[in-house]
Amino acid sequence: MASKRQVSLVEGFKYRGGAPMLVWVLHRVSGIGITLFVGMHIAASFSSQLFGLEIAKSLNAFYMSPLFQVVVFFCALFHAINGLRITVLDLWPKLIEHQREAIWVEWAVFLPIYSLAVYVIIRTAMGG
Amino acid sequence: MDQSKPKSLPLTRRGLNFEMLMWIFTRLSALAMYALILFAIIGALIMGARNEMNLADLMRWGFMPNVTHVQNTNVPDVAPWETSFWKVTASALLLVAASHGMHGLVVIADDYIVTPRGRQIVRILSIILLLIMSVIGLYVLWTS
Repeated sequence: MASKRQVSLVEGFKYRGGAPMLVWVLHRVSGIGITLFVGMHIAASFSSQLFGLEIAKSLNAFYMSPLFQVVVFFCALFHAINGLRITVLDLWPKLIEHQREAIWVEWAVFLPIYSLAVYVIIRTAMGG
Repeated sequence: MDQSKPKSLPLTRRGLNFEMLMWIFTRLSALAMYALILFAIIGALIMGARNEMNLADLMRWGFMPNVTHVQNTNVPDVAPWETSFWKVTASALLLVAASHGMHGLVVIADDYIVTPRGRQIVRILSIILLLIMSVIGLYVLWTS
């Protein structure tokens, strides 16, 4: 049975979902990002291996750039840590009472690791 | 809150359908991917990846432990990665990740494509894409 959309996109952006909505959106966006990246990466590796396409080689070289590393590591790390929160809360439903605290724990784990990673990426890019 | 009644239904009444199986698969495949990534990084460390690590190298080892993916990293000898053992590990990571990702795209699409016909098309497309990506991914892993 088909349901009908009740709100417009603009109305949707006005919705104040707070921290749970933020991590939901980020999980979705980072998931799409990883899937697109991995799909393009596999396709590019396949075509460069089979046909030696230059565009595929330059695409794979672009993935080494520091800016891309910052973005892709954000997606991978956030998706991994938020996914672990979802998995833990889903497999032990009694913990759902503490879901807001779980989001705080999630950021407390994510931010130090991600900051360290960005520092390492920038330091490598500077040649140090 | 009433605690006297058990909250969970018996298994026969829970509606054990494909969606439910994929829901649990998403969680379990996530756990499998943590294990595989950790396994690949530990393997890289055992194979001599200790000095001057940077994040790009770490991602190369962790996300796909096959030989063409690690040959530019700072490891003296990539020959140990050429064994079937690491190809099987890499294939497992590829297949688990591809199905997890493709199912995730279907879940997202279901939020925006709501007609039964549209959802059927999304599912058929997703199965075709998943098969294509798995086959070409396995080809890259096993022929490089």
